Amino acid sequence: MKRLFPAPWLSLALWILWLVLNLSISPGHLLLGAILGVLAPLMMAPLRPLPIRIRRPWVIIRLFFLVGRDVIVSNLLVAWGVLTCGSRPPRSRFVKIPLDLRDANGLAALSMITTVVPGTIWSELALDRSILLLHVFDLDDDAQFIEHFKQAYERPLMEIFE
Amino acid sequence: MINVSELPLWVEILVAILLLLSSLFALIGAIGLLRMKDFFQRMHPPALASTLGAWCVALASIIYFSTLKSGPVLHGWLIPILLAITVPVTTLLLARTSLFRKRMAGENVPAEVSSRRTDSGS
Repeated sequence: MKRLFPAPWLSLALWILWLVLNLSISPGHLLLGAILGVLAPLMMAPLRPLPIRIRRPWVIIRLFFLVGRDVIVSNLLVAWGVLTCGSRPPRSRFVKIPLDLRDANGLAALSMITTVVPGTIWSELALDRSILLLHVFDLDDDAQFIEHFKQAYERPLMEIFE
Repeated sequence: MINVSELPLWVEILVAILLLLSSLFALIGAIGLLRMKDFFQRMHPPALASTLGAWCVALASIIYFSTLKSGPVLHGWLIPILLAITVPVTTLLLARTSLFRKRMAGENVPAEVSSRRTDSGS
């Protein structure tokens, strides 16, 4: 089992992706999706040195909705910042955030979250993964932002991946 | 399966509002791209189009086609999900490249955050 499915969740996700893309659960598509789900993770296995152990599904769901809310809020903030940039230039700057999260998969998820939320750009990660350099579109208070970032995103990811 | 002309009015209004919102966000993103001052600031506004802009279009498509076909047509959601997976790749690449070049040129950007190894053994 382990050798046939090195990443069972990825296999399942690819299978569902194929069926949703084709809007069909005919036997042919079930089979094609299953072949994709088995072959793709097998071919990708050498590229993924770290197995993913996912824990606490409810934390994932909570994080999902939290990120969704933050995306909407920061979309409005950035849009407002763009429209009013003539009278009030946005206070953009870099922030150094000390990280406690070390897991590579968790950091990948964190980089996805920071990119998807408008107004933050993942700029550099220290070699020892202890510091993250983030560019923020409009920043009021450094300490408050770092606190929110660690509480809202880093802590749930540590719970999920570590 | 119903005819296009039989669509309920509230569905048409909802879909129209979502599409307008989406194009509004794409437009603001484009305006931001033009008006921002420096490279890093300019990277933020286009994210509006790939997040809330794309979400609104996906939601509009799901509502429209689900009503039309009288059943859930959910594959529109794959667009925001696949965007969320692929956009970070180019964004990170651009940010890293720009930081590297600006540092080489001696511009006002933060120094490398990695502390250099102090031992000279290697």
